[in-house]
Amino acid sequence: MTTTDEITLDIDGKSVTVPAGTTLLEAAKQIGEDTPTICFHEATTANAICRICVVEVEGQRVLQPACIVEAVADMQVQTRSEKVIRSRKSILEMLASSVDLSEAPEIQTLMDDYDASAERFPDAQRRNIEIKDDNPMYIRDYDKCVLCWRCVQVCADDAQFTYAINFSGRGYETEIGTFFDQTIPASSCVFCGQCVAVCPTGALKPKREMFIQQGISPEDITVMSSGRKKRKKRT
Amino acid sequence: MESDPEALKEILEPYVPLGQSGLLPALHAAQKHAGWLSQPVATQVANALKVPLADVHGVIEFYSMFYNEPLGKKVIRVCTDVACALKGADEILKYHCEQHKIQPGQTTPDLATTVEASPCLGMCELAPVAMLDEEVETNINLDAGTSEKGGPRSIVGGSIRLLTANCGKEEPTFITSYGSYRAFKKVLLMKPTDVVDEIKASGLVGRGGAAFPTGIKWDGAAKADADKKYVVCNADESEPGTFKDRILLRDDPHSIIEGMLIAAFAVGASKGYIYLRGEYPYVLPVLERSLSEAREKGFLGENIQNSSLTFDIEIRVGAGAYICGEETALFESIEGKRGFPRVKPPFPTTHGLFGKPTVVNNVETLANVPLIINMGTEEFRKIGTEKSPGSKLFCLSGDVEKPGLYEVPFGVTIGELLDMAGGVAGGKALQTMLFGGAAGAFARPDQLDVKMTFEDLRTAGLPLGSGVLMVFDESRDLRKSLAHLGKFFAHESCGKCYPCQMGTQRQMEILNRIAAGDILPGDLERLEDVGWTMTDSSLCGLGQTASTAVLSAIKEFPELFVENGK
Repeated sequence: MTTTDEITLDIDGKSVTVPAGTTLLEAAKQIGEDTPTICFHEATTANAICRICVVEVEGQRVLQPACIVEAVADMQVQTRSEKVIRSRKSILEMLASSVDLSEAPEIQTLMDDYDASAERFPDAQRRNIEIKDDNPMYIRDYDKCVLCWRCVQVCADDAQFTYAINFSGRGYETEIGTFFDQTIPASSCVFCGQCVAVCPTGALKPKREMFIQQGISPEDITVMSSGRKKRKKRT
Repeated sequence: MESDPEALKEILEPYVPLGQSGLLPALHAAQKHAGWLSQPVATQVANALKVPLADVHGVIEFYSMFYNEPLGKKVIRVCTDVACALKGADEILKYHCEQHKIQPGQTTPDLATTVEASPCLGMCELAPVAMLDEEVETNINLDAGTSEKGGPRSIVGGSIRLLTANCGKEEPTFITSYGSYRAFKKVLLMKPTDVVDEIKASGLVGRGGAAFPTGIKWDGAAKADADKKYVVCNADESEPGTFKDRILLRDDPHSIIEGMLIAAFAVGASKGYIYLRGEYPYVLPVLERSLSEAREKGFLGENIQNSSLTFDIEIRVGAGAYICGEETALFESIEGKRGFPRVKPPFPTTHGLFGKPTVVNNVETLANVPLIINMGTEEFRKIGTEKSPGSKLFCLSGDVEKPGLYEVPFGVTIGELLDMAGGVAGGKALQTMLFGGAAGAFARPDQLDVKMTFEDLRTAGLPLGSGVLMVFDESRDLRKSLAHLGKFFAHESCGKCYPCQMGTQRQMEILNRIAAGDILPGDLERLEDVGWTMTDSSLCGLGQTASTAVLSAIKEFPELFVENGK
């Protein structure tokens, strides 16, 4: 690699050299700085929506999302400035006051790391969304949804090109939804399972996993599901 | 009303070739036909335009003025934002609800009437206001049972009349009364790069709120290499307290069209869009007529005035989303999507509408363009100050004697402008002014001597924003106004990035508690943390400024946020 393809910048007072095109998220790893992320997933287009990965870049009016901002020569980056900590902590506290994070261990760990209190916003209106159980493969428990967009993305142009789900509502009322709230079997869903695979909070869950959590044994689940199946006998 | 699939098919025909980018106009047309966007109607639109069903539903759900539930034959929208709230908007909303025995946002069982609270309708100088379907009702006085209809009137004043020379008259300008595009004809004899240089030299900066140098924007788009470029007029004026663009568009539409033509010539664009907010339906016929006039006279179309320039303009009507005033959200909306702002960079000058180089300018910015070309940079720069050349439109509303649109050269003080408008209404004492809009800041009475220039206002910590000056007299309870601001941003957040999506909601909840006198210990700190998090970390300008006014109120009036405050 020639020197023009390499970029040297300063992160937390340490000099870091990375290939051109490296994001600040990747660059920070070189000095052992593990920048937190929520919406980011290597398989989906980074949209920089959770803003938990923000860092302070000298000369920039606002904090910059490390997941998409690329390193520039001589950039001065602070990954744990006072501003950064306040934003990360507040975002976590607002999340905890909005949705059920009980099955999001990574976010819970972040709550501890940033000393974020789940009770910071008393009397906050929670999303309180009922479980949608309308298909044999997975349940949709949107009370646990943090709106990371990954499911919508893999259902659309990032993977499957199925477009079964999109958004309903706007702002705080935003939810993941189907066309006029139709059931998943009625939608264009092809049960590829990719949305379930990328969900970080247990909002989309395979039914088998849900049954096991409810204390039903794997054997019983097999009996239950085989009872439902209507397979044509081969002759 | 019920949908007739055959009739709807014919209605949708013109939008079919547009594909997804025809979605908003197609939904508007379908809703007009069927009364509301039912599942069969939405399905027909989706199939006609070949857009996935879930995406169509997502778009309907995003825009306040698209309805996927039955809507009343008559829709009453009562503006309940800050300026109207000062003049009794909440009582007017309550009155209509009681009349029809429904709650805000509901429709009567016989589907006769829907009553809604609306975000700022852009008629703050005529407050309180409402819209009955597409008809405007202003200066509503419930006690006297009076109001004005058929407006909105244009009240225009000030110490200089350049941008507003043709405003406030009986009717909109026609091409001949406007001056037959003299500036554009002058430009056709110039080199495009010289036009860009002229705008750069004029020192013109954007009037939509961000104050970005117009010439630099044009230069970027001019230098970008692409097979197609666009000029977009941002007429999605939605900042509470702002009504200047409404008056410019309705009274002097040709100045905007000419500004767009000059921009198109300068950057090499072949297509223009005017994105008009859905709450200004009465502006639409004026713009349509003016564009037809321009086409008839050979100012739009192919080889305009025998030059090599080919350019035409299409109007796109929004559907109730403040966020679409953000330039990249506006592009998404024209492309037929939910109005989510994009991550910047890349910037519109290289990656704008449909991913092509785009110049997007505010209405007032474009109105300055013909003026600069006609006057010449040297004369133009004699107006205003060295660092803030030209004149500026200010929207005065609230407790001011003569609310209206005022044009003044940059450099006039806040106090001088207030005097032009007759001072505080009823001779009361001034408590504060909301400066710059809902995303603005509160000015103190001792700041009346501040000169209104970009440089002086920056020093004073006041954002010029979109030129809003909303006056609050001594008797006003600012906590109530802050609660209205909080409601506005919570309603208008697009929900894309976490800080704004949740922050506007938490901010509203705390402001509501404060307005109701139910302050919890720690609320002030919560408000500050939420506010600074939105300011520092939000993805776009909406979130970054959604707490500017609140944070300025905390600084100027800390007593409002503690339990024993007034």
